[in-house]
Amino acid sequence: MEYEAVIGLEVHIQLLTKTKIFCGCSTDFGAPPNTHVCPVCMGMPGVLPVLNKKVVEYAIKLGLALNCRINKFSRFARKNYFYPDLPKGYQISQYELPILEGGAVEIFINGGYKKIALERIHMEEDAGKTVHKPDGSYVDFNRAGVPLLEIVSKPVMHSPEEAGEYLKSLRRIVRYLGICDGNMEEGSLRCDANVSVRIKGEDKLGTKTELKNMNSFKHVEKALEYEIERQIDVLKEGGKVIQQTRLWDEKSGITKPMRSKEESFEYRYFPDPDLVPLIIDDKWIDDVRKTLPELPKEKLERFIEEYGIKPEDARVLVEERELAEYFERAAKESKEPQSVANWILSELLGYLNRDGKEIKDTLIKPEQIGKLVELVEKGIISGKIAKTVFKEMYNSGDDPEKIVKEKGLIQITDRGEIEKLVEEVLESNPKAVEQYKAGKKNTIGFFVGQIMKKTKGKANPKIVNELLVKKLEEK
Amino acid sequence: MLYKKTLHELIELVDRGEVKPLEVFESLLKRIKEKDEKINAYVNYFEEYEANDRVGILKGLPLAVKDNMHIEGKPTTCSSRMLSNFIAIFDATAVRKLKENGATFIGKTNLDEFAMGSSTETSYYGVTKNPWDTTRVPGGSSGGSAAAVASGEAIAALGSDTGGSIRQPASLCGVVGLKPTYGRVSRFGLVAFASSLDQIGPITRDVRDAAILMNIICGFDPKDSTSARVECEDFTRYLNQSINGMKVGIYEKSLMDCSQDVQVAMEESVRILESLGCKVSPIELPHAKYAVSDYYIIAPAEASSNLARYDGVKYGFRAEEFKDLKEMYIKTRWQGFGEEVKRRIMLGTYVLSSGYYDAYYLKAQKLRGLIKQDFDNLFKEYHCIISPTTPTEAFKIGEKADNPLQMYLSDIFTIPANLTAIPAISIPNGLSKNGLPLGLQIMADVFREDIIFKVASAFEREFNIRDKLPLD
Ligand SMILES: [Zn+2]
Repeated sequence: MEYEAVIGLEVHIQLLTKTKIFCGCSTDFGAPPNTHVCPVCMGMPGVLPVLNKKVVEYAIKLGLALNCRINKFSRFARKNYFYPDLPKGYQISQYELPILEGGAVEIFINGGYKKIALERIHMEEDAGKTVHKPDGSYVDFNRAGVPLLEIVSKPVMHSPEEAGEYLKSLRRIVRYLGICDGNMEEGSLRCDANVSVRIKGEDKLGTKTELKNMNSFKHVEKALEYEIERQIDVLKEGGKVIQQTRLWDEKSGITKPMRSKEESFEYRYFPDPDLVPLIIDDKWIDDVRKTLPELPKEKLERFIEEYGIKPEDARVLVEERELAEYFERAAKESKEPQSVANWILSELLGYLNRDGKEIKDTLIKPEQIGKLVELVEKGIISGKIAKTVFKEMYNSGDDPEKIVKEKGLIQITDRGEIEKLVEEVLESNPKAVEQYKAGKKNTIGFFVGQIMKKTKGKANPKIVNELLVKKLEEK
Repeated sequence: MLYKKTLHELIELVDRGEVKPLEVFESLLKRIKEKDEKINAYVNYFEEYEANDRVGILKGLPLAVKDNMHIEGKPTTCSSRMLSNFIAIFDATAVRKLKENGATFIGKTNLDEFAMGSSTETSYYGVTKNPWDTTRVPGGSSGGSAAAVASGEAIAALGSDTGGSIRQPASLCGVVGLKPTYGRVSRFGLVAFASSLDQIGPITRDVRDAAILMNIICGFDPKDSTSARVECEDFTRYLNQSINGMKVGIYEKSLMDCSQDVQVAMEESVRILESLGCKVSPIELPHAKYAVSDYYIIAPAEASSNLARYDGVKYGFRAEEFKDLKEMYIKTRWQGFGEEVKRRIMLGTYVLSSGYYDAYYLKAQKLRGLIKQDFDNLFKEYHCIISPTTPTEAFKIGEKADNPLQMYLSDIFTIPANLTAIPAISIPNGLSKNGLPLGLQIMADVFREDIIFKVASAFEREFNIRDKLPLD
């Protein structure tokens, strides 16, 4: 019997607003405990929440990017539960009337596009953090009240790879929009998964488990792989999957059930009477629409169309908005966008990866890559020399022209000069010439090498080749 | 005898240089020291006069504030063990506005714990006595404020009203109490009981003092999302105006549930209003009979959530011995809250639970809409609606303490105004055979405090019990 997995993801993204969702405290990460707090986010008696409009703006942005239905009327609700890091004893969230419904995240998988439908997206506040130490437990409320969007997909994914692509695509979009930095390790993007299996072809969903505690893209896929296999094994052995929350244990690579005590929640949602219904008018939506950047997929299509670069290269370039913009600025300096793409993808990213740096850290200005490509195209330097120049650019940030001039790297293209070198080399290597004559045509490489050695690689290889063949044939 | 004067009388005296605010403070402090041991109107009173440099209409005169509103640097106990050690770190917006207008403060008044009650008997700091008869309750939950104003322990005070907590004690203590339109006065710094019902308002000895305080405390507050963007006006200009030709509705059915005294006082009130040119006619409120039940679903639901923050983690009371987190929660909340508060938390938790939410909370919200509609329809036709404030005179201490349902019914006339957000005032309209004060409630449409002030002021000119207040 063949089984099929059904996966739905719940993703929380921390929004990059300067201040918290219901008070004026900073959202900066990493401050000393309880320094970004005030009576409101500490849940002091007598305080009231006031909605940060920026959070709504960011939600609308995401809604537009994912083609969600933007509800003109939405409400905040209280989710009631006790936990020390939840200062009010309830979390302000949205329940019956979320700000966004529907929409989809498009993913690229198996060489094609697929739309992963969304259930809803709602706004809520983050909780604080409990830190357990040997002498007791401590609470840090710096994170309490940091705005979150919870993005709930429909259960329409069928493999860990799909889930992984969905996450990557979503992350790419929120980073493009500038609403979240998408850092899973730091917790600014968090993912829980609902997963079930069923016999392929059946419509009815199987019993699901909820997976938590997956702190990287890799772990989401690993946890799903494990859990799907586990559930299939249970069914194959004639057992039943139990509905439960399971924690991914990255050390042992398995999922373990959470103690059932911790999961039996009764949240008693009800509309928050401290906050008025949120009304969004068309003008607000239009104003936000004007601030939307070009999104990854549109950019990808435009790069292929406008610059004629290979789709697989374009796909890598649009992965990060900064990288895409870098490429575009470089490409505008050159008539050879594909070469520009090659330089960025193989050389620049190679160096950056080696140094653990990002595109924003490089000393090379995108225009300089364009200029380097032009130097090669015009034959001023050879491709090989260009690599030396590039290395120098990477280290110093200097213009390629300057490096070429200062180091005397300009290519020798004077035919007379090269002809003289060719003759010298042929004369001093009669044996090799004989071999060539005897039919070993690949000795030509040897001659090229000799000439390059004499010129420190500056001789134009095309001319060298041409003249070598001519001279050898003449002999 | 400065403590006997009204706020506007004292403002004039200070203005004319005849009295210094410090003298008023000292007069009050002396009065408090004489009386409060018996009345117990205060949770905390202040021994030191803290002068206010800001020149404002209140001229440095001292006011009392219900102990569920913050005055920075002073304790806010909510008359609960849970907050018995809590010091406010900011001013409530209403308090800040009073300060900006030159007010000073004499103390924080007693209340039913977390404002949950109608008799001030549920206070952790003991019951407040009715100054007219100390064997009786002052009403509640703003019983401390009403008793202080009635007994000369305060000139004027702020109270809060969730289901009648300003009007009912004002009525039982023979003073004036106004619950403004929901959203008129910022709730920021008022410790929440039921957020969609709570409203701060004045408790004073006459209508003019209520108008003076309203002028100061009302207005939009960016810190309270539910506060209304309505222009503040000078309510004193509605005093002493003719109310000739006003259409007044009276909820006659309500009188059947009232004591003989209250019925007599209402008849007299109708006569007075008619003599002032009002046309008084009976009205119907088809859903009013459900108001108390409705309230006792919505208010506890909100309260159960609002009071979740008192968990012993961050501030306030924490039980001393516990073996784990769960036990810390349970013991802290079990020991920190009194019986009535626990009862309402349980009620509220129940009605919000899955499986009951639709049957109780959601239905209650729908009913609230129907009650609101009843009033909306009436206000198309009537300028205001009158009823008794309470069905009886002040009851004996302990008389209803063990019977929550009886206690809840003492708010039967005041609750609808909270459910419908409308403003309502209670002014004295008679004395019972026992010589205890009774109150007339005047309700108007939302943001029509102008009508309330007009009618209350005109009525007060014809009838008041100022000279009978227990001020000696
Ligand atoms: Zn804050």
